[in-house]
Amino acid sequence: MYETTYHRPSTLAEAASLFSGASEARFLAGGQTLLPTMKQRLAAPTDLIDLSRLAELKGIEVTADAVTIGAGTTHATVATSAEVARAIPALAKLAGLVGDPAVRHLGTLGGSLANNDPAADYPAAVLGLGATVHTTKRSIAAEEYFQGLFTTALEEGEIITRVSFPIPARADYQKFRHPASRYALTAVFAAQMKDGSIRVAVTGAGSDGVFRAEAIEAALAANPTPSALDGVSIDPAGMLADIHGSAAYRANLVTVMAKRAVGGWAG
Amino acid sequence: MGVEGIGARVLRKEDKRFITGRGRYTDDMAPSKTAQAVFVRSPHAHARIVAIDTSRAKAAPGVIDVLTGADLAADKIGGLICGWMIHSKDGTPMKAGAHPAIARDVARHVGDQVAIVVAETKNQARDAAELVDVTYEELPAVVDLARATDPDAPQIHPEAPRNIIYEWSLGDAAATDAALARAAHLVTLDIANNRLVPNAIEPRSAIGSYDPAEEHFTLYNTSQNPHVARLVLSAFVGIAPEHKLRVVAPDVGGGFGSKIFIYPEETACLWASKRIGGRPVKWTADRSESFMVDAHGRDHLTHAQMAFDADHRIIGFKVATRANIGAYMSTFSSCVPTYLYATLLSGQYDIPAIYCEVDAIYTNTAPVDAYRGAGRPEATYLVERMMETAARELGVDPAELRRKNFIRTFPHQTPVIMAYDAGDYDATLDAALAAADYAGFGARKAEAARRGKLRGIGLSCYIEACGIAPSAAVGSLGAGVGLWESAEVRVNPVGTVEVLTGSHAHGQGHETTFAQLVNDRLGIGIDKIAIVHGDTDKVQFGMGTYGSRSGAVGMSAIVKALDKVEAKAKKIAAHLLEADESDIVIEDGKLKVAGTDREKSFLEVALAAYTGHSLPAGMEPGLKEGAFYDPTNFTFPAGTYVCEVEIDPGTGKTEIVQFVAADDFGKIINPMIVEGQVHGGIAQGIGQALLEEAVYDRESGQLMTGSYMDYAMPRADDLPSFRLMTTETICPGNPLGMKGCGEAGAIGSPPAVINAITDALGIRDIAMPATPARVWEAYRAAAPAMAAE
Ligand SMILES: Cc1cc2nc3c(=O)[nH]c(=O)nc-3n(C[C@H](O)[C@H](O)[C@H](O)COP(=O)(O)OP(=O)(O)OC[C@H]3O[C@@H](n4cnc5c(N)ncnc54)[C@H](O)[C@@H]3O)c2cc1C
Repeated sequence: MYETTYHRPSTLAEAASLFSGASEARFLAGGQTLLPTMKQRLAAPTDLIDLSRLAELKGIEVTADAVTIGAGTTHATVATSAEVARAIPALAKLAGLVGDPAVRHLGTLGGSLANNDPAADYPAAVLGLGATVHTTKRSIAAEEYFQGLFTTALEEGEIITRVSFPIPARADYQKFRHPASRYALTAVFAAQMKDGSIRVAVTGAGSDGVFRAEAIEAALAANPTPSALDGVSIDPAGMLADIHGSAAYRANLVTVMAKRAVGGWAG
Repeated sequence: MGVEGIGARVLRKEDKRFITGRGRYTDDMAPSKTAQAVFVRSPHAHARIVAIDTSRAKAAPGVIDVLTGADLAADKIGGLICGWMIHSKDGTPMKAGAHPAIARDVARHVGDQVAIVVAETKNQARDAAELVDVTYEELPAVVDLARATDPDAPQIHPEAPRNIIYEWSLGDAAATDAALARAAHLVTLDIANNRLVPNAIEPRSAIGSYDPAEEHFTLYNTSQNPHVARLVLSAFVGIAPEHKLRVVAPDVGGGFGSKIFIYPEETACLWASKRIGGRPVKWTADRSESFMVDAHGRDHLTHAQMAFDADHRIIGFKVATRANIGAYMSTFSSCVPTYLYATLLSGQYDIPAIYCEVDAIYTNTAPVDAYRGAGRPEATYLVERMMETAARELGVDPAELRRKNFIRTFPHQTPVIMAYDAGDYDATLDAALAAADYAGFGARKAEAARRGKLRGIGLSCYIEACGIAPSAAVGSLGAGVGLWESAEVRVNPVGTVEVLTGSHAHGQGHETTFAQLVNDRLGIGIDKIAIVHGDTDKVQFGMGTYGSRSGAVGMSAIVKALDKVEAKAKKIAAHLLEADESDIVIEDGKLKVAGTDREKSFLEVALAAYTGHSLPAGMEPGLKEGAFYDPTNFTFPAGTYVCEVEIDPGTGKTEIVQFVAADDFGKIINPMIVEGQVHGGIAQGIGQALLEEAVYDRESGQLMTGSYMDYAMPRADDLPSFRLMTTETICPGNPLGMKGCGEAGAIGSPPAVINAITDALGIRDIAMPATPARVWEAYRAAAPAMAAE
């Protein structure tokens, strides 16, 4: 790790001003992505601005229509929240499938979304539920937020404050873990919203990051049961391929995991 | 069996310090004024080093010195060696290229060290390492075993044309060809044994320090064999004569073979300490370095043919193997794919003719050397994949085909050097089949099919050669060292005991099992017995621990020393008790006159030995004896493993639903420790079969699996609950009847897993690791219509 200056602001406003005053600052949340990158000397911020203790980024609020989670909330908190489990059980399940217990107790929703790893879990729920990402500057719809591998709509110095997830009629998350990293090799968040519409988001598989599987959504709109996906295949052309799986394999997993997620609606 | 003697499930004495974080590893050592070293490593798989400019680095804060291969050569520090000479079929000696501790003209793999930076702190050394300006001229690289001998392949060492180190053979070619020609059935397979990274939990580390006044060096090092390290560093690298070099291997956190070898980094640290005036120089690998520069394991490509007669008896076995040696010949790299591999190709079977050719090949990859099992897993994988394939092609039960070909009379001379001394292969097969309910598999498969799962079962009847090895025998085969072991038993005046052993523990539990042996013999509580190892200043020369040799060889040396201690103690007791020496027996820590109530405690005898007040006429005082034990043969642990899997056809994910291991390890000292060894071995074997593979990019030569993000180590939830059992035939070759258990799990399990997967899928072969993606592709190719769920 290169030398860096660590700051611990006590308000969002202070965090923002520290950021603009530094030459090459980065926000630090759980550190589960940023710190390993710094240790490998792949990132060299001059200043680290720690958001992890900001009360403004904490908290879970459930209304009739939405679950709103502070960006600084850890995966473990979401995974074990009784309110989240009641309102959107698939979201609690997803949070419980991130990494391992040590990672879940430090890593945060905001950090995960700011990073937008193409194999991360949360993007699937954000896109799969059509959530809204709130920042210090604005509110961003899921569709606009994700802009490709490790790329988001966030601007320089913009801080995610909270995320509002609409409560669906039913939803499930099915993750096929990468054998080494245990991120998603392919995972699917499938939801039927209260208005009956279908949203199916896929992470881990797409060469542009998280995406909505329109062919699957269309098939489920006509018939929201697992058998509707028999014979629905995904074009490998847009899929990632690496030593852990070909594009065809990932395309297959999209359908298989989607089918299982729809199967999970019953339960 | 006493409560702490041979056969008792004694808890490990060493675990208190390990579990409470009190272990003392090399990196924990902090001699005063220690400087920190970081290596500058080649980012290229193959490159000419045109120039190195160290001036910016030398001027960086905290930097003490920056040294290169040219400095090393100027100081006449020798290169690293491969300690086992192999001759090719045509009689020519192997063609080893130079292996300098710091590359001078050419970097030959990603991670090859090109300079060492020594600074006050590790971070300063890292910062400065980035300021070393190396001008490289990139050269084409080859990492691929299949391509490395092509006429147009890049040449890695001038000494080895077409990158071929040796073309070796073993066995009778004519007899084997004749058997193949008259075969009623011939089984042919092309098989790859995947390349593995050892991944000891403790990374390698070295602290070299030089005392200018005494002209004496000390090396703290993560080593499985500190005396061998001292020998090589003295005699070949030329650091200092042996009496001027102390090597200490303190607690070592896992080795699996990867810490046997004498690596460049320890040489560089010792030499750098002298260059900077004697301050200790410490280097500890980070995990990325471990992936790049620890010696890897396996990496074979094999073409094999097995001939059967009409009665399904094996009549011949012909094998041609290419072994990847990497960019340099590591310390024992030459013997692993030859004498530790081809000599085991008879498996548990009576095979009249075997012929094996092995070509050892340089590539632009990390060196490859012994890794848990070392050659024997490759042999077992091949033999047991052949047997399973043969059974399927012949349409017979795989268990029965094996049984039909078992060796049943001992000793048995195989056509590939080894003479098996004892075994009962039916016993382990029967035990494993019964425990696995082999007969009930069909019903389980049908039930799994109803749940949409593909169920398969696979066997592996492995054999290995442990307890390496008779010195004269290995000497005649090219070994540069003998493979005996040493021990000294020191009885203290108060009757407690220290055992100094040439074996080295890095997870095996020697402090417990060796003490159990002494307890068994002398009746002293194991809390009164200390096992001393790992320091060349404390312990007499010894050969260290690998190849499951510490029981069969190391403990045999202790037995011999104990024999001498007992003989002297009996003489003293007889003198004190005014009895005849032949009437003295040792029981429960007492020396008794048999059939009487006259006795002396061991403490009284020990004290008498050291006061010298009343000893038999002419006897020297003291009670301390040493011994060297040279084995007369290898030992031959063997067993049967049964693996049962269920495959999810939608994802290709394999779940191991049952794993049974029946092993014959001969005499067992501590069943709990043996079970732990088997658990760990099977976990590594399952890792090889399902998860692990070191992958290099074919074009760039970069290591694609350079971290745990891409290199999959087995986790608890990848593994089933193992069902272990043992049968026992006593090894006649050593006094305790032991065979060794350290590698069996890693040797026996990969073929059992792959046999189960190929059975489930109804296919001939699948490459290891059988990842979900590979299994799904294989399933899709085998059953295209069914592949979509
Ligand atoms: C071993 C391991 C396994 C993992 N497995 C998984 C897995 O299975 N699935 C998965 O999804 N993830 C996984 N992760 C990643 C984990 O979820 C991280 O928590 C997440 O990627 C980053 O969150 P963080 O809070 O640690 O962010 P940090 O690492 O602190 O920051 C990451 C980035 O986000 C920025 N940032 C942080 N908070 C904000 C904010 N509020 N507003 C704007 N920018 C912000 C930072 O500046 C930085 O650029 C794993 C990580 C590890 C170490």
